Order: sequence, then structure tokens, then C-alpha cells
Amino acid sequence: MLGILNGRVYDPINGVNGEVKDLWIEDGRVVAPSDVDRGGAQTIDATDLVVMPGGVDVHSHFAGAKVNSGRKFRPEDHRGHVRARGSTPDGSDTRWRGGRMGMTRSGVGYTTPTTHLTGYLYAEMGYTTVMEAASAPLVARHTHEEFDDVPILDKGAYITMGNNHFIMRCIRDGEREKARDYVAWLLDATKGYAIKVVNPGGVENWKWGQNVARLDDEVIGFGVTPRQILTTLSWINDDLGLPHVPHLHSLNLGQAGNVPSTIEVIEALDGRRAHICHLQFFSYGGEPGKMPRSGAVEIAQAVNAHPLLTVDVGQVIFGEATTMTSDGPLQYRLHQLTGNKWLNDDVEGETGGGLVPVLYKRSNAFNAVQWLTGMELFLLIEDPWRVFLTTDHPNAGPFFYYPRVIKLLMDRDYRAEALAGISARVRRGALLPELDREYSLYEIAIITRAGTARVLGLKNKGHLGVGADADVTIYAPLEDKEEMFAHPRYVLKDGEVVVKDGRLVSERPGRTFYVSPPHDPGIEADIRAHFETCYSMSFDNYPVQPEYLPHGDVVACAGGGH
Amino acid sequence: MTRTQESNVFENVVCSFCGCLCDDLAVEVDGGRITRVRRACANGRGLFTHYDPSPRRPRVNGREVDWDEAVAEAARILSASDSPLIYGLSSTATEAQRKAVELADRLGAMIDTTSSVCHGPTGLAMQAVGEPTCTLGEVRNRADLLVFWGCNPAVSHIRHFSRYSVTPKGMLTPNGRRDRTLVVVDVRPTGSTKMADLFLQVKPGSDFEVLTALRALVGGKELDAEAVGGVPLSQLRDLAERMKTCRFGVAFMGMGLTQTGGRDLNVSELFTLVAELNAHTRFTVIPMRGHGNVAGADQVVTWQSGYPFAVSYSRGYPRYGPGEFSAVDVLARGEADAALIVASDPVAHFPKAAAQQLERIPVIALDPMPSLTTEVAQVVFPTACYGVDAAGTAYRMDGVPIRLRPVLPSVRPTDEKVLGDISALVQPGMVM
Repeated sequence: MLGILNGRVYDPINGVNGEVKDLWIEDGRVVAPSDVDRGGAQTIDATDLVVMPGGVDVHSHFAGAKVNSGRKFRPEDHRGHVRARGSTPDGSDTRWRGGRMGMTRSGVGYTTPTTHLTGYLYAEMGYTTVMEAASAPLVARHTHEEFDDVPILDKGAYITMGNNHFIMRCIRDGEREKARDYVAWLLDATKGYAIKVVNPGGVENWKWGQNVARLDDEVIGFGVTPRQILTTLSWINDDLGLPHVPHLHSLNLGQAGNVPSTIEVIEALDGRRAHICHLQFFSYGGEPGKMPRSGAVEIAQAVNAHPLLTVDVGQVIFGEATTMTSDGPLQYRLHQLTGNKWLNDDVEGETGGGLVPVLYKRSNAFNAVQWLTGMELFLLIEDPWRVFLTTDHPNAGPFFYYPRVIKLLMDRDYRAEALAGISARVRRGALLPELDREYSLYEIAIITRAGTARVLGLKNKGHLGVGADADVTIYAPLEDKEEMFAHPRYVLKDGEVVVKDGRLVSERPGRTFYVSPPHDPGIEADIRAHFETCYSMSFDNYPVQPEYLPHGDVVACAGGGH
Repeated sequence: MTRTQESNVFENVVCSFCGCLCDDLAVEVDGGRITRVRRACANGRGLFTHYDPSPRRPRVNGREVDWDEAVAEAARILSASDSPLIYGLSSTATEAQRKAVELADRLGAMIDTTSSVCHGPTGLAMQAVGEPTCTLGEVRNRADLLVFWGCNPAVSHIRHFSRYSVTPKGMLTPNGRRDRTLVVVDVRPTGSTKMADLFLQVKPGSDFEVLTALRALVGGKELDAEAVGGVPLSQLRDLAERMKTCRFGVAFMGMGLTQTGGRDLNVSELFTLVAELNAHTRFTVIPMRGHGNVAGADQVVTWQSGYPFAVSYSRGYPRYGPGEFSAVDVLARGEADAALIVASDPVAHFPKAAAQQLERIPVIALDPMPSLTTEVAQVVFPTACYGVDAAGTAYRMDGVPIRLRPVLPSVRPTDEKVLGDISALVQPGMVM
């Protein structure tokens, strides 16, 4: 039994906006005060402190094949960004003895931290649930192996399906129910959490050295269009009643003049639930091939007009980044643009991907437009329940800069200072100086935990009502919001204090959320035949075995089933 | 893997011998013994038939002891060491590799894998210039031009041609072999060159020059030479043209590039050529990783330490130093004062100076089979063999992870168990 007493609680899902309250925790859950036997209970005095649910990241590339390729091919990224073993130097706590300097693992990495360090850095920032944004089905087993080495965090994996041969054949043949059963089978086989769509059709076309530019372009060899892929997967998502919505990386990422195709996608999704990730990269005005301008006004207007749509921003952080995405043609283009080293990985019958290191510079006009566009989207999209804080880690910058983005959103003087530092050419005529909006703590709680937990369908996350997982972050209410959010006073995971005064004090394994929607078993013969003609691995060896999820937690689907 | 109860035949068994990880074997078991292995190559069959799974006791200084006693002695040796080395890891499962890196972190040890004497230079090249690659199924489905450079799969990866690259029928290659052009580049005729449509014989030590010439030709430059590295210019022009005009080309490369003069520079040149070819068509490259889970060792060491091999934890955090922290070097320089060898035989394979150091310092060896290393080791753990009598995970040469499952009852402890037990007992910096 633990009480967090007298804190100023921000719990938007339950409508609590800074009220002073006590919070009681037992067996890892929030319990009703009436159920509490206060005698002998441990307490944390949260007087004058800010209490929020643990942070929930809706989109981050932090574990799996692509991320590990990033770690491997960027030794220069790790130099000087290291953490020694057992860096909590509390020798009096026997839990931390063992090994040279304690129990916590050492690690390295700035844009691509090692697994254990990733868990520590997120936890120290007050985040307790993080979703891996893209895992190729064929290597999902790798994602789960790394998950098991990322401590503390609860997590889940989005499974890339936007260029899947089986699905595209079903669409071509007008068999969307079969595609639905396949998706259900695939989510279960990969122990994934959500449908991820990356540049639908474009990654398949990249295997011919090409791409798609508009929703009605043709996918080579399949005679289907990105629009059909998108709408079919969206229908499947609803029919299966998956807890999350389809998670979409749209077309023409990062290209000047991509506003029309982004609007086209938003309109194609009219009346359907969907999430567009790192929207900033899809919000550039101007003409293709030329210097872009911010297209935030048009895009924010479209988002505001489509109430079933959610987005995350993918805010650019100036400095080093590692771009990594299943969007193979984009990565090749970035390689050609920057001349930086390039890693590509085409995955049989499913997807592709690539990596290129980049450096975002304030003096670079293109990068300045990217930064500006992200800021404007945050400020122009009206409903905080539909716009979330991400840096598309590590594509637009490392996740541990979220506190800086929070400061930019909460403090318009700081924002003006930051704006003054970017390319003068971009600053002139920009809308941003006119946007006075400052996010409140309540709104920050929405865009960093309540809203993300809600769109993920994680009913026990992102809030502090009775029955919620006792993942709690307690901040000192500092004037400097970056400092406030970077170094919480306490972080609790499942009711245990894992961070105290900004330092890790204990470690525990996190859960892996996955879905297991039912499918018609009759479809398995077709999938088996598909494996025999297309795959280099046998059907029987493909599904991720239960051994890979020692802390698996299945999340229910609302679909009708079969 | 599936098991047909009646006949005790296991289907879809994964062979963990080489980086192909063929997962279509059928293994028959009768009375606790493997009686028949179908679809395996000669290398893979040996993995199953040469292994004696009967329980054996560990040894300390030649004396058979209990497992607990051997673990305690291993922990004592490692705790008393100031500069321990952990080495091997390519023929064990990722579950054990994870424990090994954890132990290195705990000990402040150096950790290195057989990559450093194999495809380590491939890793350096990837770090220098990137690596456009694909999975083996893409080769099967799409590739119409295959270039094998400095490798001889007919001996080292026997089923590669038939299962993944040359003869299988795929989506865009319905006629299998007839839909593909096979090019082999090597310094001498081999079993693989015999099957090739084109064989380019390179003068030993000239791979870099030949690759540079190909880059120039692909880039549209003229060369003022009749031959480069022993290869006539006409042949190079022909290959450059084929590379530019194929639909989906794949280069496979081996130790002919990584372990000859130039090493990582040879590989960088090939990777750069492959990247540049993507301005004309699609082209990718796959390193022919040797041991069954050497690719997994790269993955695990990378996700825990940030670097694929040659890592030192001596300062409490990972530092990367091929040539500095790689096993051959720290042994030859006499730096390592104790060694833990997992599923590898460095005494047999290392240069003399490094192998001799292993005879001077305390060595702990985990291996399902006897080897020259287990002969010199103070502590020997005869562990289970992953994929035969233990379950675990291995990564194929293209990074695809596969579950290895036992066909025989698990009797012996696994590497994972032994490493975990040692890790729980070590008290670095203390003499126990």
C-alpha cells in the first residue's frame, strides 16, 4: 500500500485538472481511497508537486532489426554518449550490489541507445509505456528479443502491412474478408499490437526502383492502388475491433509540395478512424524538388475538420538524428541528397526499409522549415486529444528531447528565442511568431499520456482512476519546463518507485502488449501455400513462439469474431 | 518445426550449422537417438549425427566434478581476473549470447566473437559506407543476376544455391535457374565456379582494383588498361553492363574479400559499387556469414553494447576497438589474464601467439563437443547443443531470426544456464 498525498493531479481522462488529491496504490493498481487501510501504508508527500500518469509514447523506433542496424552502423553515434554500469551509486542499497559497480547495465548511444539504456532513459523522463513504431513481420521475433532486454517499459510492436503480397493479392481478387483473416493471423503470429502502413505500395514499387506519388498510382505486379490498400486495412482494423487505429506513414514523406497528397489521404480516410504518424514530414508546401514552406495551415485545417483522425507530430530537434523507416525509396532519396551512408533492407513479400544518418541544422533552410512546420502543427491543431508529442525517434531527433518540446509549447518567450535562431530566410513571413498559444499542464498531460493511451486503446494506461496501472510520474513545478519534465522527482511503475530525484533506483521487467484477434482457421492452407511459393522460411517456423513473450499481456479486441 | 508422433519424425527442423539456417530438415529419432536426417547437406547432417547427447560431467583441471563445483571454480577464476576475455559465441543461441554480454558487463571484461576473424571487416565496411541488403526470399523471388565474390558456397554453404539463390523458382523467376545469370569471382576455380555462367578469375590480392574498375565502368568512365587484376577489360565491361541492366541483382561476398589484403576496404568498395548500381537498377548485397548464429552474435552484442564485436567493458561501459579489443590481439599481446570461451575453438584456429597465450592463462570452455580448446581449459562445461537437444534462437545470414527446437530430450544444461549461474556468482575484483 502506497499513498501519494496532497499532489496537484493532472488526469485528463478523468477530468482532473490540477486538483489537490491523494492517490492510493495497491498491488500495482490505483485503488479507491475508501478501500485503503492507512495504518502502515508508505506515503510520498507530493505537496506542491505535479502528479501525472506515466508517459505513453505512441510512436518511437527503439527496438528491433532496423533499430539495431542503426546502432551497428553508427559507432560514431555512441562515442561520448555512454553510461557506466550501476550508475546509481547508492551502495547502501543491496539491490544495487553485484558486478563491478552495481546492478544496472551499462550502455551507449545518442540517437540509437542500447536496449537497457533506452529503458532507463525513458523511465528517467517519466515515460512508462512506449510503442515500437514498425516491425517487419518476418523479423518480429527479433523485436521481441530486444523488448525482453528493455527494462521497466511496457511496450508493443506495430506490424508493417502496407506492402504485403498476400494482402495485395486479396485486394486484387476482391477478397477483403480473406485479407481480414490473414491480418488477424499475422498479428497473432507476430505477437504484434497494431496495423502499421508505411507508404502503401511505394515500398513494393521500390523493389523495382520506383515509388508511388498519389493514392491512385498502381502497385507494380499487383494492379492495386495505395488507396485500396489503405481503405481495406482501415476496414479490417474496424472489423477486427483492434484496440489501436491503423497507424499510417503516408506518401511522399519529406518532399516539398506533399500537402496535396497528404490532404488526399486525409480525405480518403474520411469517416474512418486512423492515426497519421510524424505528420510534420507530410506537411510541406511549395513545389516538388524546390525549397518547401510550412504547409501547417492547410494540414491543420484538414485535421481539425476530420474528428476521427489523430496524429503525432515528429518534431525536429536540431542536431544529429538517424533516419530509419520501412519507406525504402525515401531512404535512398535521402542517401542521394545527403551523400551520407545508406543501409537498405528489402524484406521478402512484406516490406522494406532503410537508414541514413542526418544532421538537422538551424541554418539550413529546409531543416528550419521542418522545425517550424512541427511547431505550427502543434499550435494550429485545436484538439489536444488528437495531436501527440513525438520526435519520430530517432528520425527527427532523440526521444529524450521531449522535455524541450514541452518547453517550446508551454513557453512562448522561449519559442520566440528558438525561432530567432533559425534560418532568417525561413523566419521571414513565417506564421509561428503570430501563434500565441501556450499549452497548459493539462494539455501536456493529454498529448504525452492521456491522448496517446486513449488512441492506443490501453484502458489501464494514461490515467489515474481506480483500476489504472499505477504508473505515475511526479514532477516539481519548475518555471523551466524542460528541466521540470526532464527530471521527475518520482517515477512509479506498477506501483514501485523506479526513479527518485531523476535517478534510477530500481529495475523491473515491463510487459509486452499484443493482440490475438480470431481468424477463420480455413485460411491457413492458403497462407501455407503462399509461404511455399514466396518465403525462405517454412510456415510452421514463422509464428513467434510464446517463449519470446515472458511478460506478454494480450489486449482484447472488440471485433465480432468468427 | 512439427513432429509426427507415430514415427517420431520431426519436420521443418532447423539446421544451425551455417548461416543458411535451412529450416526444412526431417529428423527421425528412435530410442533417444537420431537415426535419419533428410534434406540436410553433408555439413548439416554431421551436426545431428556426430553429436553424442549423453550426459557428461564438467571437468576442473581434468577431474570430473559436479556442475555446481565447476560453476564455482569458473566464477572464482573470473572474479580473480583483472582482464578477462569472453570469446566465441557464434555457435550458440542468442539466449546464451545475451547472458555472455551481461557477464562481460558485470566483469568489466573484453568480449569478442568469431566475427573478428571472419566477417569483422564486413562490419567495418558497413559502418563506413552502409549496406544495401535484402532477405534471402527476395533473392529467390526477384534476383536475375547473382554475383558470388570470394566465397565458395559449394563447400561452405552447400544448399545456398538450391534453396535460396540459384535454382529456386520464385515470383519473378518461374523458371528457376534458367531465369538467372550466375557470376562467380574468385582467385581460383572452385566447386562454385564450375556452376557459374561467368567465372572471373582475379589475381590474388587484386579484388580492390577489380572492384574499383567496375565502379568506374558502371559510372560510365573509360579505362586505359587491357586488364585489371588479371581480368580482361572486355570481361569487366560485360559484367558492368549486366549489373546495370539486370532487374534485381544480388552480390554475395565471403572471406576472399574480408581476410585478404585490404580487408574492410575491399568490402567497402563492393558495398559502394552495389549502392551506386541503384542509380541504374535495384542491387543488393548479402554477406555469406559462416557459423550458424554468428549473425545473432553481431545482433546481441550490438543491442546490448552498441557495437558488433571487439568490445571492452573495462571502464564500466562499452568501448569499441577492432584490433585493440579483438581476441587475437588481446591474447597475442598477453593482455587477457583469463578467458571464457563459448562454443568456439580458438586454440585450433588462432595464430600461434594468441593460441599459446590460451595455454598460459586459466581458460573456461563451454562446448557440446571436445576440442583443442576444451583440452587446454581448466574448466570444461559439456553443454547441450542448440537445435539438437536444446531450444534457442539463431539469426540467419540475412538477419532473419529462427527458433531452434530440440529433437532430442534436453538432458545437459545449456550455455545460457551455465553462463547465468556463473554470472550470479562472480564478484569482480575479489579473490574468492
